[in-house]
Amino acid sequence: MAKNYTKSSSEMKKMLPKKETISFLLNYSKALSVINYKRMKFETLLN
Amino acid sequence: MEQILQDSVLVSNYIKGDECALGVLIERHKQRIYSFIYSKVLNRDITEDIFQDTFIKVIRTLKKGNYNEEGKFLPWVMRISHNLVIDHFRKNNRMPKYDNNGDFNIFSVLSDTDLNAEKKIIKNQVERDVRRLVDELPSDQKEVLLMRMYQDLSFKEISEKTGVSINTALGRMRYALINLRKVIDKHNIVLTN
Repeated sequence: MAKNYTKSSSEMKKMLPKKETISFLLNYSKALSVINYKRMKFETLLN
Repeated sequence: MEQILQDSVLVSNYIKGDECALGVLIERHKQRIYSFIYSKVLNRDITEDIFQDTFIKVIRTLKKGNYNEEGKFLPWVMRISHNLVIDHFRKNNRMPKYDNNGDFNIFSVLSDTDLNAEKKIIKNQVERDVRRLVDELPSDQKEVLLMRMYQDLSFKEISEKTGVSINTALGRMRYALINLRKVIDKHNIVLTN
């Protein structure tokens, strides 16, 4: 009887964003602040 | 502890200023979102870009307080990434890119018709040599040749200007060319580009 083994795809395992991308997003989030003034919203990026 | 917290709680904490909550949300859903994008675009770099743009949009929406889908964080993020994938394909349809990986190379049909620097120099050299050879011709032949070739006059106009018959002008032109060929052959001058 044939033995059928399924290999877990290495490609699927690697389906993750780069650390740099996540780090960028977290830093972007920290730097972004939204200022509300009356009915307006201003975005500022603080570095 | 972090894993127990619901998405909605994390979102709410993030909106209140807890930056760590975003990290947890990204960690929790990154694989599903990334795989979803990759399954559509099949390119790691583009997937990375769209993943990043998706979360930039998420961050901006949350920080502005425009998020109103409590408890449905993942489907909302998936919808953003789906829309960005569609935008990507729309943009590429408007501006198709040609890569040279396939059998067809766009540069085989497009060419730069301008002469390159070397050919320009050679062309100038050839033109200078021809002018010098023309200067050596007898003046009557030279006059007809210059009028015909450089001033683009017809033989009728040349005959009127020089006061000779058209046949004489034609004859002078013919001798001018014969004499030029003779000199070129005699001195093995190469006048090609």
